[in-house]
Amino acid sequence: MRETDNKELQRDPGTEGMPRARRESRWQEFWRLLRRNRLAFSGLAIFVFFFFVAFAGLVLTSGPRPVFDPAMVRLQEKLRPPLSEPNLANLLPEEIPTLGVYVLGTDDLGRDVFARMLQGAWVSLTVGFVAVGIAVLIGIVMGGISGYFGRNPVRIDHILLAIMASVGGGLLLAGGTVVGAVMLGIAGAYIVFSLWRKKWSGKKTAPKLLRLLHKDTISIDTLIMRIVDIMLCFPVFFLILTVVALLPASMYNIMVVIGLTSWMGTTRFVRAELLSLREQDFVTAAKALGVGDWRIIFRHMIPNAMAPVLVSATIGIASAILIEAGLSFLGFGVPPPHATWGNILSDGKRFIFDAPWLTFIPGLAILIVVLAFNLFGEGLRDILNPKLRERY
Amino acid sequence: MLSFIGRSIIQKIITLFFVMVLSFLIIHLAPGEPSQVDPLNPKFTPEMVERFRKAFHLDEPLHVQFVYFYRDLFTGKTISWKDNEPVLKKIGERFLNSLPLFMVATILTWTLAFPIGVRSAIARGGAYDRLATFFSYLLYSIPGFFFAYILILLVVNAFHVPVIGMKTFGFTDVSLLRTIMDRVWHLVLPSVLGATVGIAVLSRYVRSQMLEVEDQDYVRTARAKGLPSEQVHYKHALRNALLPFVTMFGLMLPGLIGGSVIIESIFSWPGMGRMAYEAILARDYPIILSINFISAVLVLIGTFISDVLYMVVDPRIRL
Repeated sequence: MRETDNKELQRDPGTEGMPRARRESRWQEFWRLLRRNRLAFSGLAIFVFFFFVAFAGLVLTSGPRPVFDPAMVRLQEKLRPPLSEPNLANLLPEEIPTLGVYVLGTDDLGRDVFARMLQGAWVSLTVGFVAVGIAVLIGIVMGGISGYFGRNPVRIDHILLAIMASVGGGLLLAGGTVVGAVMLGIAGAYIVFSLWRKKWSGKKTAPKLLRLLHKDTISIDTLIMRIVDIMLCFPVFFLILTVVALLPASMYNIMVVIGLTSWMGTTRFVRAELLSLREQDFVTAAKALGVGDWRIIFRHMIPNAMAPVLVSATIGIASAILIEAGLSFLGFGVPPPHATWGNILSDGKRFIFDAPWLTFIPGLAILIVVLAFNLFGEGLRDILNPKLRERY
Repeated sequence: MLSFIGRSIIQKIITLFFVMVLSFLIIHLAPGEPSQVDPLNPKFTPEMVERFRKAFHLDEPLHVQFVYFYRDLFTGKTISWKDNEPVLKKIGERFLNSLPLFMVATILTWTLAFPIGVRSAIARGGAYDRLATFFSYLLYSIPGFFFAYILILLVVNAFHVPVIGMKTFGFTDVSLLRTIMDRVWHLVLPSVLGATVGIAVLSRYVRSQMLEVEDQDYVRTARAKGLPSEQVHYKHALRNALLPFVTMFGLMLPGLIGGSVIIESIFSWPGMGRMAYEAILARDYPIILSINFISAVLVLIGTFISDVLYMVVDPRIRL
């Protein structure tokens, strides 16, 4: 839009020869502001570097014959400091580290810390991104519904339907197959029935029982905000710890659990943005053109509401990485043969006086990555919000 | 005002009920049962498992268990599965241990965050401001467990004092002063660690509130009148910037119990967080659920207090 506007302006004879503002696309402007904010720019640089390291880590440490083997145990070479030469006389040819030296030393089993750090980088990256991805997805959908359809009431039959479907599904999973299936069946039949009534049945007046079921209770907005309130009552780290401890240990469980417990902030941001956007003229125009509700939400409103979501997502990645490291540290993280930064540190803490690098290398790595995400997120907040721009 | 209080109490009770249901479901629908914790233990015969299940109503359907559990909790009869001690008594003991940590950490947070935040707002863009900003990001990003080990290394190497636990073991026949100093040394590190994130977040928040107020017209008027800048900053600006922080007294309350699982387990501090961690390891459901319930109650009371305080302090708010 902007591009064509500027071209129109240039062809306009009235403005010919007049001084004009420099043409600048949104990305150019973003880039210029980012360059000026030195902390945020270095955050982005570290983030990009970390991204490549994590990918390299995935490629180089996996497969049957990895380039850097994070699981190779050399008991005769344990607790060697960083940059020390391997003792070639004691090692089999395949046990010699790929780079010829132990770049970051070895741990108490003689495993190469450099290889383990590479492997751990990928875990941190995926946990951060997938957890935040889940959280942002739930947040946008819940916030979108609550901000756009918020005024619509929830009817009694909706509540009954939801209870029936969830109890039925729960029973089906828990083993009560027959009752669960019957309840799910009733719920499905009711959905079909109400769709049929809405679309094809010409009947205007409903029977008495149905009218009772159609009684309004609370608005959708209230419902979703109460759900957010309920979720905010849980102590987050404690809840995550409980669930992760009860479920079988795996990386995917951790991502999903962190994601499912951190969507509340995004929901609130999206809702607040949509509530103000809903009253704007371009939404009214889209409605007048007959654009569908979901298209208005996702094509017209969400892109305008993305700024706070992006900021909170960037900072959310930092806190997800911290939470994962904390879980690994407590021994609830990714199961043992796989290295993560948290469990390298947790294994190394017993040797803190003899082998401080086992604590400091993963600790500094977590610190730098988390700091980079936080700095970039805060910078993004300043850049995307014109009101804050001149504060620096 | 009264109608607001009544409405919000009812709303919070409903929220609490759903929290109770949800936490109960999460715990009980997760795979594994407490009676399967130790299947290899020869003393844990099937008859014992059966007796255990009966004693704790585990053979009943879920909704009956739910009613039993919360009836016991409200009448104070819930007992831990691990050692048959009453849960409330155990929580009470641990709570008293966590309390000094929480208080010292809170005092540190509030006394450090305000001067730092106010000064960096006044010197906006200057070297002090940029340094404070960077350090607050650093403190916010540093993993607590890593920072804990750095501090332990520093303190142990520099002062040669033991810091793990609540007091040095077998440190009984020494003078009162040394006992007190020993207690203080043990208290310092965990409370500093508990305060770091708080200092970082709060000082940033103070800074942005202060900046917001310093841009207002009445501050410019005060300055234009020729008032000394101290008076403008601390009397006109700061007072109004402090408004939102009154409400944070309420929001602090949940910190009492959430504490820090990680820090208390590093320092072997027998507080709430460590008890929660041990309960999770032992699958001691009554303790997990009770802690969850109490902390949900604290969150709700905290938000309630902060809403009411806000109404009292800020005459513009009318709910």
